[in-house]
Amino acid sequence: MRPYALTGGRTRPTGETVDLLALVCAVRGSSLDRSQLEPEQLIVLGRCRVPTPAADLASDLDLPLGVVRILLSDLRERGLVTIHRPAPVGLTDPKILKDVADGLRRI
Amino acid sequence: MAYDGYEPDLPTAGIPFTIKILIAGGFGAGKTTLVSSVSEIRPLRTEELLSERGEAVDSLSGVEQKSTTTVAMDFGRITIRDDLVVYLFGTPGQQRFWFMWDELAYGALGAVVMADTRRLADCFPSVDYFERNDMPFVVAVNCFDGIRRYPLESVRRALDLTTDSPVVLCDARRRESSRDVLVTLAEHALLRNSRSREVMPAG
Repeated sequence: MRPYALTGGRTRPTGETVDLLALVCAVRGSSLDRSQLEPEQLIVLGRCRVPTPAADLASDLDLPLGVVRILLSDLRERGLVTIHRPAPVGLTDPKILKDVADGLRRI
Repeated sequence: MAYDGYEPDLPTAGIPFTIKILIAGGFGAGKTTLVSSVSEIRPLRTEELLSERGEAVDSLSGVEQKSTTTVAMDFGRITIRDDLVVYLFGTPGQQRFWFMWDELAYGALGAVVMADTRRLADCFPSVDYFERNDMPFVVAVNCFDGIRRYPLESVRRALDLTTDSPVVLCDARRRESSRDVLVTLAEHALLRNSRSREVMPAG
C-alpha cells in the first residue's frame, strides 16, 4: 500500500511541522469515535499514553516520518493528542549536558 | 507568544528528556557503523517531497513536478535513564537532502562528523554546515584496517577548522570507541555552554 493512502493523499501536515523528537501525548478522557480513525492512529493513541517522540512512533509503525506527521497533526486537530516541542539543549541547563556526558561514559 | 500548535513546556515530572545528536560525514565514512555499535539501532524512513525547500539545492533542473523520495536514516537510541534518552540521527549524505539538515539540526546537542582520511574532502560540507550554524561538533577520524593513520594535527590542519572542535581517532566498529566519541562531544558541548554563559546574560 502506498503510505499516503493513509492520509487521504495529503502530503503536508496541517499546522507547525512536528519535530523529530517532539513528544506526543494522548489526551486523557477525550471523546473518541474510533470509526473515524485509521488503525495506525489508534496504535499511536495507545503508545502515547506514555509521552513518545515522533521518530519512535514512525519507527514502531514502520511508516515514513512524513506520513506519521500527517497522522499526528490530524490527531492534534481533533484534540486527541498534544505535541510538545523538545527544548533545544544547546543553551539549556548545563546539568542536563553533564548528565548526558556522565551517562554516556557509563554505557 | 502566538499559538503555533505546540503545547508549552511539559509541566509534569517523569517526562523523558530527549537529546538529539547528529552523525554526519561522507558516504562510507562509518556513520551507520557508529550508530550500530553504540546504540539500539532502529529502522526509520522519511518520505519527503522534493519541493520548495528542496528545489534550491536540488539540481533536477527541468523537473517541474514535485516528487516524493524515500530516505532511509540511521536512527539509534541510547537510554541513559528512564527520563533521559539520547537519539542518534545519521544525516542523509547526498546533497539533494540538504533541505533536511536544518530540521535535523534543530535543538540538537551537537554532531559527530565522521571522517575517512582517504576521502577527507567528503566531510568538508558537514564541517562547513556545523561551523556556519555554530553547533558543537567533533570530528571522528575512523580508522579502517590497514589504513595509514595521519597525525591528528595534520587532519585538523587539512580541515582548516575555525573552531576549537575536537578531532579524535575512533574505530566505529568498537562500542567503547564510538562511546568515547559521544562523550567527547557531550563534554565539548558542556564546555561551550559554560563559556557562552560567561559572555552572554542568561535569557
